[in-house]
Amino acid sequence: MFLNSLLTNFAALEVGQHLYWQIGNIRLHGQVFLTSWILLGALLVFISLGTKKMENDPKGLQNLLEFLWDYIRDLARTQIGEKVYRDWMPFIGTLFLFVFVSNWGGALIPWRLIKLPSGELGAPTADINTTIALALLVSLSYFYAGLSNKGWRYFEYYVHPTPIMLPFKILEDFTKPLSLSFRLFGNILADELVVGVLVFLVPLILPIPVMFLGLFTSAIQALIFATLAAYYIGEAVEEHH
Amino acid sequence: MLAFNFFGATEGGLFDINATLPLMAIQVVALTYILNSLFFKPVGNVVEKREKFVSNNIIEAKSKLSEVKKLEADLMTQLQSARSEAQRIVGEAENESDKLYKEALELANNEANASKEQARLEIESQTSAARDQLSKQADDLSELIVNRLILEK
Repeated sequence: MFLNSLLTNFAALEVGQHLYWQIGNIRLHGQVFLTSWILLGALLVFISLGTKKMENDPKGLQNLLEFLWDYIRDLARTQIGEKVYRDWMPFIGTLFLFVFVSNWGGALIPWRLIKLPSGELGAPTADINTTIALALLVSLSYFYAGLSNKGWRYFEYYVHPTPIMLPFKILEDFTKPLSLSFRLFGNILADELVVGVLVFLVPLILPIPVMFLGLFTSAIQALIFATLAAYYIGEAVEEHH
Repeated sequence: MLAFNFFGATEGGLFDINATLPLMAIQVVALTYILNSLFFKPVGNVVEKREKFVSNNIIEAKSKLSEVKKLEADLMTQLQSARSEAQRIVGEAENESDKLYKEALELANNEANASKEQARLEIESQTSAARDQLSKQADDLSELIVNRLILEK
């Protein structure tokens, strides 16, 4: 009885429904692009406002942006190392900002109030396509970082302590993007589902702590994603002696 | 195209992977370039310029501080030498005054001794003169007595 009603509610949540855009013979998840454009637009407006009048004595928004920049630099520097962190800082920072803005935007804005013909708006990172795209970009980046910094010596990494490690290191190249994408996707989707179900079952007060927990998870996931991406790049450019 | 049926969705599902993936990747790469020129470069320039300014100021302040310390040490040695010089001068003056005092004392002592001696000699000569006179008078008197005694007989 209870299970039955829960399943109906799940159905009401429209899990796995998408707003399809058909361009030629390719199909896109329109709701992902809509929310990502809105959120990235807001991010770009925020950043343009903050960097419009840069002063040596930072005030207001510039202060916040400098704090953010410093935070990202520290993250990149500790994971990638002093030598090449500068090249990768924009990429790591973009990953962090994109994931953070997507997660928080998905959790904070009441998208459900906007009715779509199919599917519903939500965090772009709750769609597997987005997280796999991000994870594959990370994979490409660490291969590129390793090859451009060390040339063919990059592949020494695969047999580094002993050649026995070779199969595990090759396996790692597949598990890295898999774990990156599924961790982010799972966490954000699960948070949206839990909040959605709770709102359906008990519309008052009870969902609020879970929403706060969701905001916390969202921020942590952004940090984890950026930190792991930086760590993988750092691992690829690290010199073995 | 990979598609699972999930929670009874007729089309798509949770793991519906399609062209959203590459387009999202392109969008993120574009965002990286946009954020680099809009955010990371300008903010980095400002922050690093300020960091350089601060570290330059710190270096300058440190060199100034060491200069001050050097000057202070210099001043201390100067002060010390001036102090010992003053001590030396004071000691010298004390010695001098001591010497002068002793000299004056000796002179006065000598003078006093000399006048004492002179007085003694004078007293002595007067005493002997008086004694001579007394003995002469005694002689005269005894002669007179003798004469008288002789005459009476």
